[in-house]
Amino acid sequence: MQLDEILAQAKTAVSGANSPAELDEVRVNYMGKKGLLTEQLKQLGKLSPEERPKAGQLINQAKQELQQVLNARNDELKQAEMNAKLAAEQIDVTLPGRRSERGGMHPVTRTIQRIEDYFGQLGFSVKEGPEVEDDFHNFDALNIPAQHPARADHDTFYFTPSTMLRTQTSGVQIRTMEVEQPPIRIISPGRVYRNDYDQTHTPMFHQVEGLMVDTDVSFAELKGILHDFLHHYFEEDLEIRFRPSYFPFTEPSAEVDVRRKGGDWLEVLGCGMVHPNVLKAVGIDSEKYTGFAFGMGVERLTMLRYGVNDLRAFFENDLRFLEQFK
Amino acid sequence: MKFSEQWLREWVSPELTSEQLAEQLSMAGLEVDGIEPVAAKFNNVFVGEVVECGPHPDADKLQVTKVSVGGDELLDIVCGAPNCRQGLKVVVATVGATLPGDFKIKKAKLRGQPSHGMLCSSKELGLDDDHGGIIELPADAPVGKDYRDWLGLDDVTLDVDLTPNRADCLGIKGIAREVGVLNNLDVEHLSVTPVAATIEDAVKIELQAPAACPRYLGRVIKGLDLSQPTPLWMQERLRRSGVRSIDAVVDVTNYVLLELGHPMHAFDLNAIEGDIEVRMAQPGETLTLLDGQEVSLQDDVLVIADSQKALAMAGIFGGQQSGVTAQTQDILLESAFFAPQAIMGRARRFGLHTDASHRYERGVDPELQRTAMERATQLLLEICGGQAGPVRESVAKNHLPQAASVALRRERLARLLGVKVADSQVTEILNRLGFSVQQTSAGWHVEVPTYRFDIAIEEDLIEEVARVYGYNNIPSVAPRAELRMSRRQESDLSLRTVKQSLQSLGYQEAITYSFVDPKHQAALFPEQAALTLPHPISVEMSSMRLSLWPGLLSAVGYNQKRQRTSVRLFETGLRFVPDSQAENGVRQEAMLAGVIVGNVQGEHWSDGEQAVDFYDLKGHVENILGLTGHAQQFRFVAHQHSALHPGQSAAVYQGEKFVGTLGAVHPQFSKTFGLKGRVFVFELALSALLQRSLPQATKVSRYPSIRRDLAVLVDETTPAGEILVVIEKFGENRLIDLNLFDVYQGQNTPAGKKSLALSMILQDIERTLEENEVNEFVDGVVELLKSEFDAVLRDG
Repeated sequence: MQLDEILAQAKTAVSGANSPAELDEVRVNYMGKKGLLTEQLKQLGKLSPEERPKAGQLINQAKQELQQVLNARNDELKQAEMNAKLAAEQIDVTLPGRRSERGGMHPVTRTIQRIEDYFGQLGFSVKEGPEVEDDFHNFDALNIPAQHPARADHDTFYFTPSTMLRTQTSGVQIRTMEVEQPPIRIISPGRVYRNDYDQTHTPMFHQVEGLMVDTDVSFAELKGILHDFLHHYFEEDLEIRFRPSYFPFTEPSAEVDVRRKGGDWLEVLGCGMVHPNVLKAVGIDSEKYTGFAFGMGVERLTMLRYGVNDLRAFFENDLRFLEQFK
Repeated sequence: MKFSEQWLREWVSPELTSEQLAEQLSMAGLEVDGIEPVAAKFNNVFVGEVVECGPHPDADKLQVTKVSVGGDELLDIVCGAPNCRQGLKVVVATVGATLPGDFKIKKAKLRGQPSHGMLCSSKELGLDDDHGGIIELPADAPVGKDYRDWLGLDDVTLDVDLTPNRADCLGIKGIAREVGVLNNLDVEHLSVTPVAATIEDAVKIELQAPAACPRYLGRVIKGLDLSQPTPLWMQERLRRSGVRSIDAVVDVTNYVLLELGHPMHAFDLNAIEGDIEVRMAQPGETLTLLDGQEVSLQDDVLVIADSQKALAMAGIFGGQQSGVTAQTQDILLESAFFAPQAIMGRARRFGLHTDASHRYERGVDPELQRTAMERATQLLLEICGGQAGPVRESVAKNHLPQAASVALRRERLARLLGVKVADSQVTEILNRLGFSVQQTSAGWHVEVPTYRFDIAIEEDLIEEVARVYGYNNIPSVAPRAELRMSRRQESDLSLRTVKQSLQSLGYQEAITYSFVDPKHQAALFPEQAALTLPHPISVEMSSMRLSLWPGLLSAVGYNQKRQRTSVRLFETGLRFVPDSQAENGVRQEAMLAGVIVGNVQGEHWSDGEQAVDFYDLKGHVENILGLTGHAQQFRFVAHQHSALHPGQSAAVYQGEKFVGTLGAVHPQFSKTFGLKGRVFVFELALSALLQRSLPQATKVSRYPSIRRDLAVLVDETTPAGEILVVIEKFGENRLIDLNLFDVYQGQNTPAGKKSLALSMILQDIERTLEENEVNEFVDGVVELLKSEFDAVLRDG
């Protein structure tokens, strides 16, 4: 057979091969040890030395050409095989994914974190204190002497006449000022307790106390910081008013109310300038330093922010409630 | 303090609506809690007179009346009230009237008799809940007058929630003064003319505790006729202040209390033996109070006594034996100043809270006693007749509070408020408050009247100026202070990070009460005493938690009752461990606890459900401990715990320090907490978590690593963790990873043995490890396990 005939025949065989195995068979038939093209090479010896190079070159060209065709067919077949495999692997992408269930933070924690973030940016550090407290830190040092009517208002859970569950986070003010000198900028979130349980009271709830003491802290600054905080917290247009009030540990004292569009005034926090007796109780010179303090009810802020209607829901730990705050 | 707006307006009447007045008071620090109409809406109701009254022919309980309402014709009205009688002045709703509840009066027939109107009870008019019978008006009530107009029922009650410092406003007089200040109006002051004595009778008064009672006035009044009713106008004012009318003496003392803010007391003169002594009680001295309660007194309780016995708890509550009764004709009227320190807390100690104690423990004007005495005498004589004796006054002047004199510095005022209020405005505000003011070079010198006994220091004056100036007129400015970074260190592991990790593991944060059911707690921790609240909300909330587990397990039970089978919760907070060495006798330790129950994954179409087990929980704990960057410092040791499954619980140690516990909840507690399925809990001391190691970079090897697997047979009781520790220690720098990938016990293992399959990954930092070095290492491990654990290499 002529070389070009062999090549033509081989090419036909290549395109007729439908699997890598068939293709390999074709390769062996033509280019294997006993393949037709290999045989051709073996015949070269019979030619004259003058003819040999030319014939050899032709055979090699044919081999190369066949190899190219083989490779191309091989790629085609691999591609087809891959396509078939991929087609077989098709899935329903709309089936539910394998989710890992994510938990969530308690709404009270969420609010505390937002408050911490705001005041943290203003350089307030977070302090914590004990919940079983003594009367010095919970009352006396806060200018609430024994028998003061304000004590009776607190519905305190006493253990002994001088130890109790803290009724306010304000004691942390005292504990901080006992060991630090101004400038002081702290907030103190935490649990507080009052012996009261009904629709609008739970015996445990959360407060965040704030305290700033420095050489020239003023009521105008207290107003400034709380205005800004409340706008930041509610992220909406609201009216804010400061209403004179009374706390034994601040003077002047104020309660702060907010009113949202179309709503009523709602009390959200209490505040005032630190009472000189409080500074005196911790050995800070009230002539040199002034300060403000504020305290806010975390549950109340949370209820207003997220539309929670029942205070008691915070401590029932019903997942159907908690999971709404992912 | 509740009071009628009309009453206030007799003293001072600014041009404000009720709502504006309420708002103004609130914004001045006298918070108005409510505005309530003193009567419900009704119309066409008149004063009438029962002209004829006879039995209904066909009904036993009804009466047929003819009632005059001032017109020519008498109205036929059928009435069922037993107190309906001829000649009675009554309140008549005529045909066409609308009563509260949109009840319309129409012409009607009752059992055949015509009825053209209705005689009303207080309840039917929405005045109070008294439905005892129809209203009986005094004989001089003007027939035909519109009842609403006549009684001034278009009035509201304002309820002011006064802060403890503003006891000066616990009477109309004080509120009026405040309204005058706020509106810059003069206040019509009550003029009280002294009542001249017409008899000589008097009781001697001895102040034996002058610090507690520096002023006491007594006056004898004889021949009172207590059958005289309290006039309707006074009854109405009392009613609008939420006070029930009792008899003339009680009503008058209550009236003066509301009007002037000054408590008074009346004794039955004939119960007094000898003189009046104002003294401290003898320890154990007993007194029967007006409500019949017998109390045993302590020596810090002030009493009013006669020469023989205690008569009353001073400033708090009268005694039964000396109380005024319907038969009383002669009384001793008391008007006294008691020091707040002598009254504070005493009422509460005996479970009492009276209008008098409320005022005395906050303070009353020490100069008001005589006015109150004369006012009460005048009113009593007007109603009940009788003869007044002279006022006897005992005073210990040196114990009386003195009018305060306080300096206010201009610089201090501006510095504290952050705004400069003009001098003239400050002076004007202080003057309006009734203070006597002298300007000085530094500011003002202020003499405070005795009724503002709450003003003692400069800040009190600053607050007064700010309040009247208006808090909302003070600007809001950004704080000016040095920039200071909060001191956070990189090695602080924030609790927030811990919480977020748990959240990623599917845990929902819970917040449970710090007080738990003592039965639950004692079941879980029978050997540990807990702190108990002597006066809890309920017994189930009386024991301070020793662990966060009782609360979390209850929360699991709560949710499982609501068809939630898979629950993962965590909580952080304090536990309270009694410890006499600790501050306040209790160690308050911050803990992190979690609980899991249910399936590893949510139910999914692709695979089966698998319930969580100990190793899921342990994995979570390891995950959290890993946040510290020094997970290797923690180890888990089998551990017995009263709350946990004896074979599935572990203690966590950091070095030698115990830092937590985890395990399966003992099945015996499933019922206690209503748990379904196997429940696993952990609890860690937060102190072990909140410090993390800073990364210390080491060189990464450029040479290939080699893995070798090893399967050994060991005794089934040998803790795998110990084997891992030993190999890790042996591995030094070359063993870069060690993993236990299979535990097998079954047909192919000898009885009492288990097979552990381990993978070890070896690598050297300097060079490629030679085959023989690797073999040597593995042989070394096998040798070690053999000597330490009697381990046998498993074939194939």
